[in-house]
Formats: sequence, structure tokens, C-alpha cells
Amino acid sequence: MDTFGLLANGLSAALQWQNLLYALLGVTLGTAVGVLPGIGPALTVALLLPVTYKLDPTGSLIMFAGIYYGGMYGGSTTSILLNTPGESASIVTALEGNKMARKGRGGPALATAAIGSFVAGLIATVALAFLAPWVVKVALSFGPADYFALMVLAFVTVSAAFGDSALRGITALFIGLGLGVIGIDLQTGQARLAFGIPDLLDGIEVTTLAVALFAIGETLSIAASRTQIKEEVLAVKGSVWMTLEDWKRSWGAWLRGTVIGFPIGAMPAGGAEIGTFFSYAAERRLSKHPEEFGHGAIEGVAGPEAANNASAAGTLVPLLTLGLPTSATAAIMLAGFQQFGLQPGPLLFANNAPLVWSLIASLLVANFMLLVLNLPLIGLWVKLLTIPRPWLYAGILSFATLGTLGANGAMSGRLGPIPFSFELLILLAFGILGYGLRRFGYPIAPVVIGLILGPLAEQQLRRALAISQGDPMVLVHTPIAITLYIIAAAALLIPLYLRLRGKGAVLQQMAADED
Amino acid sequence: MSSGEPNLARRPDGAALVIALVLAAIAAVIIWQTSQMRVPPIQARVGPQVFPYAIAGGLVLLSIGTVISALRGSFPAREKDNYGPMLWIIGGLIGQMLLLGWAGFSIGTAVLFAFTAKGFGRGPLWQTIPIGFVLAFAIWFIFSRGLQLSLPAGPIERLIP
Repeated sequence: MDTFGLLANGLSAALQWQNLLYALLGVTLGTAVGVLPGIGPALTVALLLPVTYKLDPTGSLIMFAGIYYGGMYGGSTTSILLNTPGESASIVTALEGNKMARKGRGGPALATAAIGSFVAGLIATVALAFLAPWVVKVALSFGPADYFALMVLAFVTVSAAFGDSALRGITALFIGLGLGVIGIDLQTGQARLAFGIPDLLDGIEVTTLAVALFAIGETLSIAASRTQIKEEVLAVKGSVWMTLEDWKRSWGAWLRGTVIGFPIGAMPAGGAEIGTFFSYAAERRLSKHPEEFGHGAIEGVAGPEAANNASAAGTLVPLLTLGLPTSATAAIMLAGFQQFGLQPGPLLFANNAPLVWSLIASLLVANFMLLVLNLPLIGLWVKLLTIPRPWLYAGILSFATLGTLGANGAMSGRLGPIPFSFELLILLAFGILGYGLRRFGYPIAPVVIGLILGPLAEQQLRRALAISQGDPMVLVHTPIAITLYIIAAAALLIPLYLRLRGKGAVLQQMAADED
Repeated sequence: MSSGEPNLARRPDGAALVIALVLAAIAAVIIWQTSQMRVPPIQARVGPQVFPYAIAGGLVLLSIGTVISALRGSFPAREKDNYGPMLWIIGGLIGQMLLLGWAGFSIGTAVLFAFTAKGFGRGPLWQTIPIGFVLAFAIWFIFSRGLQLSLPAGPIERLIP
């Protein structure tokens, strides 16, 4: 069947009323959680994943698609109305969007972000639908050694290529890889690094780690910080509708942002924020009103927002076709698949086509729902932004522990006569780790990606070596693998050279901080 | 995220040296635990030990790199942190963990809620614990009755059929 037929089948599945309901629920929850300050898309997805556990795989993934897109919409609302510095995913949107909101043009800024995200999401999801079968065809010819090389490339780009220090990026990755070893080895059934604790035999849950690092680590470091940032929520004054002039200035930026963002997300590289920076630079150069940049230029919101959404849809290409997560959000989505015993990759497309295509179709549905829902509900989201910080973080921690208990509520630990949840102990330990990582400038995403991708990489490595009967030369035996290693080496060495030449500041700005 | 400014004031950076030590210790634990595994000879060549050893080796190299980085003072500058609020939050998490098993979700989470709010300067506890309880009980009802999540129940939750 051709792509159109498969997509049409997917759409008819996604448009069943209970699936529409799941999508609506996901979109609403995702936006509501994503709009809270300090909660990025990765944490939104991690917090809400347990909610989907009791549904069937299709319903759960559809709800998940809604949460994913909703979380991203919520994030852009936050950065326009509340200038949150330090969140690199939306730093560019905040740059111009917050200035617009200050001038009383918050409504049009939110509108151009919402419509731009819709346009970008629509085009990028269609592009995903057409690109994915091609990538699957190529991927089916990959051997274990090629897969291993691909994962090495992903490891390098995720940890070392961006950020202000390759050393700290790779250290974060290795912490994740080390955590990934814990548990029963799938091929021999032997326990590794379990220290005789039965709870560790199943390994570390990706969602527990992500929630701990993002929610608890973040809460601790904000509570500990002496410089209390005074945050001011800007009211949305006047009309939310864009003028004709706004439309004229926005549509080109949306399309350019999409074209820039999608390929960057689709490459097995990570660092989805780069697209927003490129888009911002492009708009600044092309604009007929360059003097407005820095003072609330609408193109500076429209382009990067579109680029951000397009590259988020782009990251689904390596995730669905190769099983390769290139962002923390994608890593948590992979964990969501694994919850149902599904392993994304070329075989999922072959064996479980209806599921994959209804997921892709429900991304389109979620995208449309967000456009219809978001602008009328803007007042509600603004109210969520004004929750005082003590209540906000108390609530975030309550939900973080709720999700962890929902995933594994066994009271298997024991302190004297008192039973306790071992999963919560792990949550606390990794929360403190997350605080330490933040304090010393280590990136978070490589830890999460290392945990989930490490065991997959090991599996491919051992499969390759088993076929070659232990001869390591098999790893560099195919042209695909050699090419991938060369790209990986370049991704490691070129930034190193740039840092030595004192151009590290650019890379640091591109740091994939949160997603 | 860090400011990225080199931290020349602290050279050598003591905390960074501690990080290097921790990385080396993790590597040592991995090597020790992995060497304790009894692997049948048929699996020995590309068995379950290869990957842990490789990770431990990487961690040793990273530990050395961190020492060099600490001596050159290239860790980002950081402000002095307030540990009081952190201890409230960690205390709340431990309190919740120890209460959940017998007192139930609502009481345990009320303690976490109130202690976290206290960490952010909102009190007093005799007001915030009841607020947290009402909220946690509502959450428990929605998620355990509505979405069938298995959340720990205590004496109060058991009153609800």
C-alpha cells in the first residue's frame, strides 16, 4: 500500500470517537502541564506517561501524541508571557515574544506562535509520513554493526557536539550508560550491578530517572538559589487576532522555519534547538524591519516557533524508523513504546503498521485540536502561570511522586517495621543527582538518552561480535558504518577545535538543555 | 544552565576534584561487581562483561579529564547555595516515603506538599498540611478510582468504598 493509503487508514482509526477523546484529553493535559513555568516538554511527557498506562497501546500512543504536541504549545505560551531565561528550547521565542507582550501585543505573539506551530506541525508531520517509509527501506539493510555505529554517532552528537564542555557532556552520557547496565542481562539472564537488591533486577525506569532529574533536580536547585528571579506574568491586552500586516509578515517566516527545523530534527543528531537559532538568524537577515528585532519583531516569534515544532516532528523520524531517540523527550517516548513491548524501528513499521500510522495520523489530529482549543483558552493558561511558586513546586513534586507510584507502587523496601516504596527512594537519589548535575553545569539529556540507548547499543554490539565470532574488525566492515564513524569523529573534533579557538560561546548557546 | 565563565577564583576547584573521585569510585564499583560475575566460558568472548568494563574504562578516563579540568579552573562559576530550603524538600520526600506504606497516599503527600511549600518560604505547617491533604486526597480519588492507578491506601482512603 502506498503512503496515502496507509495514512488514510491511520486517519480513519484516529478519528474514531474514543481515540478523538484520548487525543483531546492528551492535548488538554499536555498544554496545562506544559504551560507551568519550569516544566519543559520532556518533563511534561515523563509526568503524564503513567496516566496512559492503563489504556490499550493505540489509545495510549494517541493520547501521548496529544501530550507531546500540547506540551510544546504550552511551553511557547510560557516563554512569551513570562520571560524565563535559561530554558534554551524556547529562548529565542522569549527574545521577541516577551518584548511583544511587553508592548501590549501578547495576543498576536501567541497567535503567530500557535498558527505557526500548526502550519509547521502539519507540514512536518506530512513530511514525516512520506520520509519514514524511505528511511525504513534503507534501515532494513542495516546490519548490527551499522546500527551500533549509528548509535555511537547519536551518543556523540547528543553529548559532545553542543554545550559548553565536551567533557561534561560525555561524563553525563557515561553516567546514563552505567545506569543502563543495571539489571538482568537480556541475552544471558545474569544480574549485573544489582547488588543483591531484587528491585534493581528490572533495571532503572527511564521515566523515574527523567522525572527525578528534571522535576526534583530542578525544584531543588531553584529552592537553593539565592538569586530569586522576580518573574512577572504579562497580561494579554487587546485582541488576540493578528492584523493583516501581521499575517503578511508571518507566513513566510512560518514556512522558512519549517524548512529549517524539520531536517535538523530528522537527522540522527539531537540538539533540536539549533533550528530555532538558525531560523531567528535567517528572519533577522531577511526582514524588511530589521530595526524591530530585539524590540518585538513578529517574524522573530513566527519563524523560531515554526522551526521548533517542525524539528520536534522531525525527531520522530529517527525514533520511529530507527528506534533512535535524539532528545530527552524522544527517549521518554521510546520508554512509552517499550511499556507495551513495542520496539520502534524498521520492524515496527513492517509488523505493526496500523499502530504506527494511527500514531502519525493522530499527530495531525492533535495539531488541529491545539489550534482550535488554544486561542480561546488563553485566559485559562494565563491563570495557570500566576500560581505562586511555593504552591507550584509543591504541586509538581506531588505529581512527580504520584507518577512514580503509579508506574510501580510496590512497597518493597523496609526500614525497621516501616514499609516504603523503593521506586521513591530511587527518585530521591536521582533527584539529588539532578541537582548536582545542574550545579556543576552538566547537561541532563545525555543521562536519559544513555540509560535507554545504552542497552540497545550493547545488544547490537554483541550481536555484531557474535556473528563475527569475536573479531572486532566487523565493526568497521561496511561503508555505512565507516561513514557514520567519520561523521561521529567530525562531530566530536570540530566543536573541540571551535572551543580551542575561543568560539565556544556559540556552541554553548546551542546547548540542548532540556529537550 | 551554567554561565560558562571560567572559574579562575577557585583553582584548583575542590568540588570538581570530588566529582573526579566519585567518577573513579563508580568505575571501581563497576569493575569489582563485574569481575564477581561467573560467566560460562562459552559466553566469555563477547559476554555480558564487555560493556560494563568498557563503561568503567571510559569513566576512568573522564575522571582524569575532570582532574585536569579542576586544576585549570575550567568549571563554570557558581553562586553559594542555600541549603536550608533544600533540606526541607528532601525531608518532605523522605517523610512522604516513610508515611505512604501505613498512613496512605493522602497523609504522606500532604507532608511532602507542606514541606516543599515551606522550602519556598510558605508556611506555617499547621495550615499547609491540611491544604496538602485535601489536594492529595482529591488526586488520590481521581487517579485511583478514575484511572485505576494503584496508589497506596491508608485508613482514610479505605473509608471510601
